[in-house]
Amino acid sequence: MACIIEARGLRKTFGTTIALDCINLRVEEGRILGLIGPNGAGKTTALNAILGLTPYQGELKVLGRDAWTERDQLMRDVCFIADVAVLPRWIRVSQALDYVAGVHPRFDRAKAESFLAKTSIGHASKVRELSKGMVTQLHLALVMAIDAKLLVLDEPTLGLDILYRKQFYDSLLIDYFDRSRTIVVTTHQVEEVQHVLTDVMFINRGRIVFDCSMEELESRYLEVTVHPQQVAAARALKPMHERQVFGRSIMLFDAVANQKLDRQQLAAFGEVRTPSIADLFVAVLGDVPGDKPGNLAGQALGNYEGAARGTR
Amino acid sequence: MNTQSNAMPESFQAQSIAPAGRSVTRPMYWSVRRELWENRSIYIAPLAAAALFLFGFLISTIRLPDKMRGLSALDPAHQREAIAMPYDMAAGLLMLTALIVGVFYCLDALHGERRDRSILFWKSLPVSDLITVLSKASIPLVVLPLLTFTITVALQWIMLLLSTAVLLGNGLSVTTLWTQLSFVQMSLMLLYHLLTVHALWHAPIYGWMLLVSGWARRAVFLWAALPLVAIAVVEKIAFNTSHFVAMLENRLSGGGVEAFTAPGSLPMDPMTHLTPGNYLSSPGLWIGLAITAAFLAAAVRLRRYQGPI
Repeated sequence: MACIIEARGLRKTFGTTIALDCINLRVEEGRILGLIGPNGAGKTTALNAILGLTPYQGELKVLGRDAWTERDQLMRDVCFIADVAVLPRWIRVSQALDYVAGVHPRFDRAKAESFLAKTSIGHASKVRELSKGMVTQLHLALVMAIDAKLLVLDEPTLGLDILYRKQFYDSLLIDYFDRSRTIVVTTHQVEEVQHVLTDVMFINRGRIVFDCSMEELESRYLEVTVHPQQVAAARALKPMHERQVFGRSIMLFDAVANQKLDRQQLAAFGEVRTPSIADLFVAVLGDVPGDKPGNLAGQALGNYEGAARGTR
Repeated sequence: MNTQSNAMPESFQAQSIAPAGRSVTRPMYWSVRRELWENRSIYIAPLAAAALFLFGFLISTIRLPDKMRGLSALDPAHQREAIAMPYDMAAGLLMLTALIVGVFYCLDALHGERRDRSILFWKSLPVSDLITVLSKASIPLVVLPLLTFTITVALQWIMLLLSTAVLLGNGLSVTTLWTQLSFVQMSLMLLYHLLTVHALWHAPIYGWMLLVSGWARRAVFLWAALPLVAIAVVEKIAFNTSHFVAMLENRLSGGGVEAFTAPGSLPMDPMTHLTPGNYLSSPGLWIGLAITAAFLAAAVRLRRYQGPI
């Protein structure tokens, strides 16, 4: 399987601030990688390096090319939505289609048109006249019609309402993704991408602190809502994280780190399930020394708190 | 910083072989069109100026029959001057308009896309920084001169036809008008003037403004103008000379001196005014073009590193 992104010792500093601290990264073809981290963790810097938007130290190959020096060729096979609302406000929908069709050799105009036909976006409208959700739809329509090998999305749904967010990922999965494409996505709305991802990576303070495929995540990590009378026994098994919800202890266990662990035993403590990425994120980042887990988790997963827990 | 790998996977290599012609001309063509979509003032302003002038000229045709009657008393050289005057004014107005449009365009060209963050969209497409900067530079250096030429010639034709109609309507002869106004020559002179003075001689000015617009985070106009003022002031205080100001003046108005003989001698054939040999051999032209190239190269490099502001 072809390696789409390969980074070795990737490093980037802004003055005295270290944005990326010797990152090693490998993304293979056909994966959907979620890059998750608190604000200022280095996600966007990492993506900018991958997209050749910023110079870096270390080695970084994207589709076998040097991301910085061979950027112009790379952009034929790589597509990205760097942020919401980067489409120029003056451009008309028809002009945007004309322009991308004009400059991009791998753009399929008919595909973009058919995607737009499903929305309420008119060809004569200017971007400034569209709502934020519609602009994202337009951008997605343009990007999905490009036959790219790698698609990079940096907070693609930031500021959109839940309907648009859901629609965005559904379109991406149903109309765009196939096994020959690769997607890298950063987002704060972790719970919405959980079912989309094949791999997940946590990044904090310029380092990758967690890297796992979703299959591994499901077999390795277990979350138990422990009965009050079993709490002491459960704690003896050294959970990697414990939190309180409605007066009950919810403990997260790592089945690989703790070999003695067995599912039967855990089931006796209470309901066992696969943790959500958000809970895992809190558990993992909470272990990083010197960090205040509460703050970080609050920042990154702010709107997760509102979501009902334990419903899965 | 990074070593290029020779072991590129084959599946990626196949796509890199795109027709070389397409990969340059098509993005260039669409980039220029994009500039015209975004900056409609490039063609609206000259058209509006032309319409304004035509409106004034229309009113002035009331006096035309009297003027033509008065002209017969003059010698041919002065007749020519009097007849050509409004046509030269039309050309002058449009050139001034194009100059203003060009200046404002350049000051915004590489700044606006960073300000509104759309640079992230443009950079997500396979259009190199070189093509982007060249397409933006082509607006003041190619598009505006050609547009000015086309609109001016069209305007002058309309003026000529209008005058003819008015004169014929008053039962006057149009021979003087048509013989003294050598239209083809006038157009060629205009094209020559636009290319030598407005495109090539002014090129470093536009190049400088493009560079500053790609560099400054805000107040592009100030950053473009202040260093020049500062240099002039320092030179004046330090050496009590004003070579720098003289150089700027020469850049603004010196092109005409090299490209045309000094007016005043008034030879019968105005085409003998043109001195292309003198123009092409003037070091000022080539130094200016070299400086323009340096400015644009710097602008390309800057855009490589710059993100949204």
